[in-house]
Amino acid sequence: MLDGRSMVRRRAGARLWLSAGWLGLLCVIAVFAPWIAPKDPLAQDLFLGRLPPFWVAGAEPGYLLGTDSLGRDVLSRILYGVRVALSVALVAGTITCIVGATLGLMAGFLRGWVDLVISRFIDIWMAFPPVLFSILLIAVLGPGLFSIILAIVVIDWTRFARVVRAEAMAQGAMDYVASARVAGRGRLGTMVREILPNVLPTIVVLLTLEMGIAVIVEAILSFVNLSIATDDPTWGGMIAEGRTSVHQAWWVLVFPLVTLFLTVLAFSQLGEGLKDRFDPVLR
Amino acid sequence: MQLLRVFLLRLVTTAVTLVGVAVIVFFVIRVVPGNPIAMMLPPGATEADVAALTALYGLDKPLPAQFLIWAGGVLQGDFGTSITTRQPVLGLVLGRLPATLELSVMALVMAVVIGGVAALTGTRRRGTRVEGAIDIANGMALSVPDFLWGLVLILLFGVLVPVFHISGRVTPSLELPFTTNFYLFESLIRLRFDLWLDIVSHMLMPALALAVPLAAIIGQLLKQSLKETMHLDYVTLARTKGYGENHVILREALRNAVLPTLTLVGVQFTFLIGGTVIIERLFSYEGLGNMAIDAVINRDLPLIQGIVILFAVIFTGVNLIVDLLYAALNPRLRHA
Repeated sequence: MLDGRSMVRRRAGARLWLSAGWLGLLCVIAVFAPWIAPKDPLAQDLFLGRLPPFWVAGAEPGYLLGTDSLGRDVLSRILYGVRVALSVALVAGTITCIVGATLGLMAGFLRGWVDLVISRFIDIWMAFPPVLFSILLIAVLGPGLFSIILAIVVIDWTRFARVVRAEAMAQGAMDYVASARVAGRGRLGTMVREILPNVLPTIVVLLTLEMGIAVIVEAILSFVNLSIATDDPTWGGMIAEGRTSVHQAWWVLVFPLVTLFLTVLAFSQLGEGLKDRFDPVLR
Repeated sequence: MQLLRVFLLRLVTTAVTLVGVAVIVFFVIRVVPGNPIAMMLPPGATEADVAALTALYGLDKPLPAQFLIWAGGVLQGDFGTSITTRQPVLGLVLGRLPATLELSVMALVMAVVIGGVAALTGTRRRGTRVEGAIDIANGMALSVPDFLWGLVLILLFGVLVPVFHISGRVTPSLELPFTTNFYLFESLIRLRFDLWLDIVSHMLMPALALAVPLAAIIGQLLKQSLKETMHLDYVTLARTKGYGENHVILREALRNAVLPTLTLVGVQFTFLIGGTVIIERLFSYEGLGNMAIDAVINRDLPLIQGIVILFAVIFTGVNLIVDLLYAALNPRLRHA
């Protein structure tokens, strides 16, 4: 039994460090992209269009992962694309988390009409297809980094609100909350000082997962050509271009897709790993 | 009595939700920049032409009045006229609905089969490498959303080993004898297996992309419930009676383990339907979601409204049915 538990812990630990390592690497790339990228990600050269990656016949030295139809370096574009992906993940994830968790906490602890109003809104939000909703919002707000972040916040706050509401409700029924109230803490004080620390682990896990979702949403919006200005390299934009020329130049699709795949996997595995860490049964 | 009260209460909240969706979508899309009327007219149209057409679509009235006119129409089954195609929205939307429904149901079936087999195999081979492999596959499938699985499938089975179609709903050159838009269903009824195969080979990849995350959820939850059930007394009793492991899992444990999974599948099914929007785009599948994205790009306000409302009706409808089924199946609620 003890042996099995340590096995689970070791596997969870490896998963945690691998995903954290990958995300840390992305952070470094995002900061130092101009120094790391071998080429200008926007430089076009139609004579060098659709060059294959270095191990395929016909490759051109200097273009490690090949070029797209306009002759832009795929590797450099992926490296610069980290910037958009990570800024969306961090900023949109954090704001969504703050808005959603606050509303969920209020609904779950204060109950009454606050809960009634917030829950009704959650129901309405759940009846929208999220992808369609985000595309609609970008059409309203116009393309751009700010719009994407705002759209993610507007759509995804319910992810936090639903879970935190349920958690806060369960915590609110416990004895320690009642004793805090008896000891003279006000309602707001109880909510922030007693309930919040106890739902925080859940919030952190959700935040990590949300960052992965934000990266995907950005990619989807780039894919339907509604993301930021088309010049800036984004993984989703590259994937959209790669999809149209997949039979002629598979590498334009494969490399950004693999990067996106690993990043999303890393965020979600980080979240799962943290969940295990916080789980008192496993600890 | 209790069941009736639950039903009525749910009916009221569902109605409130739908009205909320209608209000929000109506006002959000009115803020969309870009004049759809100006886009409809040929270049060189005069101001007066634009004004006349704007009035024709009722877009010159104040917003609350526009909303009331539209809502009144909706209640009578009139969702307005599409700006780009100049056809009634209801007809357009209902024409595309079968494609999306067939895709969603096919994905659901695939998810249940894959997830169910994974859970049963994992339980049958618990403690072995097979269970470990299933757990890892489940974790991967769960972490990555349908959009990425779609792209992976395109690469694997559309490019690397091109065995399935990765675009469209049916080969365009084929002659279709269908009277409804339920191609998959109708080809089967008409015994046109050649067409049926062609349609399935178009649908398989998008359906699988939608199915993978849900299959993982089903696999995980069902395996968990099975694990708990396997330790119950009545299962041990069946074992002592001399029944084999397969019988114990399939005939004894599964029956009790399946209820929590069932309720979850209902909720998750709405997420799957929401996923069709981008998956249809990815596979150029002519369903509701693909039409919705075009409608947004073309600023076709009445069409966007109609599609969003229809999605909301489907979502709330599925949730309502699941809640009622749960109430009906759960003895504690039935006899309360």
